[in-house]
Parts: sequence; C-alpha cells; structure tokens
Amino acid sequence: MTTEFTPLLSLTGGALIGISAVLLMATNGRIAGISGIVSKILPPHADRGGLFQSLVFILGLLLAAPLYKLVTSQAAEQTMAASTVILIFAGLLVGFGSVLGGGCTSGHGVCGLSRLSQRSMVATGTFMVTAFITVYFLRHVLGATS
Amino acid sequence: MSLVASLIAGLIFGIGLIISGMVNPAKVQNFLDLFGTWDPSLAFVMGGAIAVGLPGFWLLGKWSKPLFTEAFQWPTRTDFDSKLIVGSAIFGVGWGLGGLCPGPAVTALSIGSSGVLVFVPAMLVGMWATKLVK
Repeated sequence: MTTEFTPLLSLTGGALIGISAVLLMATNGRIAGISGIVSKILPPHADRGGLFQSLVFILGLLLAAPLYKLVTSQAAEQTMAASTVILIFAGLLVGFGSVLGGGCTSGHGVCGLSRLSQRSMVATGTFMVTAFITVYFLRHVLGATS
Repeated sequence: MSLVASLIAGLIFGIGLIISGMVNPAKVQNFLDLFGTWDPSLAFVMGGAIAVGLPGFWLLGKWSKPLFTEAFQWPTRTDFDSKLIVGSAIFGVGWGLGGLCPGPAVTALSIGSSGVLVFVPAMLVGMWATKLVK
C-alpha cells in the first residue's frame, strides 16, 4: 500500500518534535527520549522525581490524539499491516532493544543527533540499517503485502 | 512548574508525531521500503526535528542550569559498548516489523486501534525485563 508523500506536514511535525525536545531540556534538564521516559514508569523506580515527570509527559502524549481530533475534526491516520502475533513480537523487540541500547528514534535519533553525540550516531545508523533490512526481508523475500 | 512543562512538552511531541505521520505504521514501513513503495516523508521528520534541535541544544549548552530544576541531565557516556550496538540492532528489527517505535506507539494508545493495544503491553514487558537484567 502506498502512502502519500507529505514533505511539508512531516517537516512541520518534525519541527514540533524538535521544539518539544529543546523545551524539555530547557525547563527540566531532561532528554526527550521516549524509551527512557516510558521505562522510568516501570519498576524498579530509581528516582521519584523522574517517575512523576515521566507520567506527566506520557499524559501529554496521550492527550495529543484527542486534541488533534478536536481541532481538525479528523482522526489521525493509522494503517497497520502486521498481524497480532507479529505486533507482539515487534513490541517485545522494540522494548528490549531500546532499553538495552539506551534509546530509540527520539533519544538517539532526534536528541542524540542534534547534540552530535557519536554514540547516538552509531545507534541511529545501526537501527536504521536493521530496520531497512527487516522491511526488505518482510516485503521482498517473504512477500508480505503491506 | 516543572510538571506543567513536562505535560506541554509531551503534548507538543505527540502532536508532532501525529502531524508528521509517524503514528501511521504504513508510512513508517514505506519509508523503510527503499525498493518498494518508498515514501521519503520520514526523512523530513528527522530533518525538521534536527533543524530545531541542533541550534536549540547548542544554545542550552551555554546555560548554567535549566529553568525549573537544579541541573541539566546531559548524557555523559561516550563509549561504544556491545549493548549499544546489539540493543539498537534489535530495536531496528522490531521497528521494521511493526512500523512502530515507542513514541508513536504510546501516542497512538489514545487513538485506540487494536494493533497498538497489543504492541504497547508487549513493549512494556520487553522494557521491564531489560531493566531487570541490565
């Protein structure tokens, strides 16, 4: 299935993500890495302050879709190709890999690259390559329809 | 104030993910499908985020402390260990398989599609297990 090329919307959305990351660092001194923030709400809790900050940030994420719908009166577009079994497997890998690697698309990708962190450049390069290979394998070797 | 700032940052982040198309797994997987139905949009998401983040973080590097807390928690590690590589490689496989990474997955919980409702609990289990063994 093809999706529409949306350079302007994607650039605007990306800029908002960047603004959020800079805002969180400017106000609370924290990196807007979602795998880090989400894993902080899971036990064991290292610091209480971090726990509440994380919960409130996640609440903000959860309010985004309802607010978007309220303002634009249309739901966010979402098409999911993967089956339930694949999604469970994918979720486990994403959770395991992002915490082990110390970050995901936001922490390493957005924040790390913006800080010119070499660790994050290596991490981002690595997950981009394995993601490209995975989708190639999924669609062009196994022939999954998208 | 710091909790209000976190809430607003989360909200802006989520809106950014929705507007950019990151919450749509089909769009993510098409970006990753270089030899098929390639949709280059997500390169623009990264471009937009870094265009703001690069000068933003550079400026903040000159600040002595953040507005509402005592100190910046800048990442300090500079080493390249196997956890960084192996973890990132595994994360990439999961991202490619499902078309979802942590931010969009959590944001999409309130859209309520059934796929996200199975993906996120699995992701939390993966995170929790890793936290225990790490």
